[in-house]
Amino acid sequence: MSPSSANAKKTIEPVNGSDNFKLRKRGPERPNSAQKGPNKFFKFLNSKKVAPYIFVAPFLISFLILSLYPAIQAIIMSFQSILPGQVTFIGLENYARIPNPTFYRALFNTTVYVVMTVAILVAVPILLSAFLNSSLVKFKTFFRASLFVPALASIIVSGMVFRLMFGETDTAAANQFLGWLGIGSVDWRYESWSAMFLLVLLTSWRWMGVNILYFLAALQNVPKELYEAADIDGATAVQKFRFVTLPFLKPVTIFVTTITIINGFRMFEESFVFWEAGSPGNIGLTIVGYLYQQGIQQNNMGFGAAIGVILMLIIFVISFIQLILTGAFKKGDE
Amino acid sequence: MKNNNKRNNRMLKWIVNISFFVISFIALFPIISLLISSFRPSSILMRDGISLTFDLNTLNINNYQFIFTQAADYWQWYGNSLVISAVTIVLSLFFSSMVGYALAVYDFKGRNFFFILVLFILMVPFEILMLPLYQLMISTKLINTYTAVILPMVVAPIAVFFFRQYALGLPKELMDSARIDGATEYGIFFRIMMPLMLPSFAAMGILQGLGSWNNFLWPLIVLRSNDMFTLPLGLATLLTPYGNNYDILIAGSVMTVVPILILFIFFQRYFVEGLTVGGVKG
Repeated sequence: MSPSSANAKKTIEPVNGSDNFKLRKRGPERPNSAQKGPNKFFKFLNSKKVAPYIFVAPFLISFLILSLYPAIQAIIMSFQSILPGQVTFIGLENYARIPNPTFYRALFNTTVYVVMTVAILVAVPILLSAFLNSSLVKFKTFFRASLFVPALASIIVSGMVFRLMFGETDTAAANQFLGWLGIGSVDWRYESWSAMFLLVLLTSWRWMGVNILYFLAALQNVPKELYEAADIDGATAVQKFRFVTLPFLKPVTIFVTTITIINGFRMFEESFVFWEAGSPGNIGLTIVGYLYQQGIQQNNMGFGAAIGVILMLIIFVISFIQLILTGAFKKGDE
Repeated sequence: MKNNNKRNNRMLKWIVNISFFVISFIALFPIISLLISSFRPSSILMRDGISLTFDLNTLNINNYQFIFTQAADYWQWYGNSLVISAVTIVLSLFFSSMVGYALAVYDFKGRNFFFILVLFILMVPFEILMLPLYQLMISTKLINTYTAVILPMVVAPIAVFFFRQYALGLPKELMDSARIDGATEYGIFFRIMMPLMLPSFAAMGILQGLGSWNNFLWPLIVLRSNDMFTLPLGLATLLTPYGNNYDILIAGSVMTVVPILILFIFFQRYFVEGLTVGGVKG
């Protein structure tokens, strides 16, 4: 390959662009060419116009079968009553059944969870990453890595550990700690407030390090001169953070907030690992948990699909707000 | 005055660093306690939960002995998880890298439409596709097979997005000179560009691998029998107050996490890139 290609280059290089093109078309003349013989079909497949479609085809086919079809089917199903061997169109009946106490409980739980995880998983990482980016902190790599580690374990494993640490007995880690402080034991998994606390704690613990990395990456883009200028103006560390750092973090903050909200609304496994199929008084029920309960466990697929559509609408609205906030639509006009 | 400032600064440094040690300790604590607990008698673990105090003399390797000699189920799950993750990685990277590459280097009709489509799939939550996909798996008799678990994971819009981003930075002159040398469009991709895109394959391989290794909801729906379970599913079945399998549960959990931790130590950069993929700008 190399000697002949070097030769080819030598002869071709002096020629200008359009001649290059001609040379390429005359491919078969060159001994090194892959296009041996006048195979028209092969040439067609190999043209610059067709190749991209072939590259895209496998993904496109799997998308059509595994994403588009189910998405449309889910919307259709949400208007149906689906029993084995008997599917009937029932209009908006599924949707009419959604506003019920159990769904409200799931929506309430999920919303509280979203608000709390956003508050924690946006504010704390901003602060920690600002410190990690400063010269104050010594073992940056170690801190970054150890905060990242929780994201590697599956929710089932980390949830199991949390469950055993927050057990009901006086001997489990959390209650032991409370005991040392002279506070009585808590039935962590059986009270409404502590159930939410466990969910928020597990999520915050898992994603803190990842979110810090998002903010750290954004902090690299803040021009150093701005800090120097602020120094000359006699700005304090807090002022520098408020007026130099924070404005630069706006895009990444919007992004992290959005994914935290979306992942919050999609939460299921965290709740499953603490209570499996059902929590006492539904204190741990989430929207997806309700979908799973109705659609899979009770085989009430039409109703489950309707819950799914509601969830999708919520997520679309959030994504749309994100796009507006990041100015995605403005850019398109320019 | 200046001296005072310096002293304050040093104080601040100490406070900040100690706080970070505490925070890191909190972050690592559950993992450390999982490790320690795996050497404690499972009966105590079941009775007491994970405690802050433990008796050093009771530490032993019985749990691991048990899992290596008598837990055939566990190794079945392990094998299932390995196969499913491996196939998911290969297929999803293969499909999505080709798309990302094509979107980046070719100018073709429908390119923008296709890119917007990818961004759109990114927004559709998997949970809404779940029930129809479940129906589809039932009607195609794929329930309780590897295929059923793997198929929906093959469409990986986030990876398409990442590969496109990465491929935009590829030197296009290379393509032209390769064409002149007679390489086909596919040869250019597989022989020249793919090797150049290797770092992005590492990052996305980790993202997809971790995703499928830890995946729970979808396998929970389509896998029915114990011998087909993946690790998270199998471990979850042990997590009942009635079972007496805490030896497998705890030692088994350690053995699902430790390989990933080891990989993380060696390929930290790609883990970080893979898991913060959403941050790349369009």
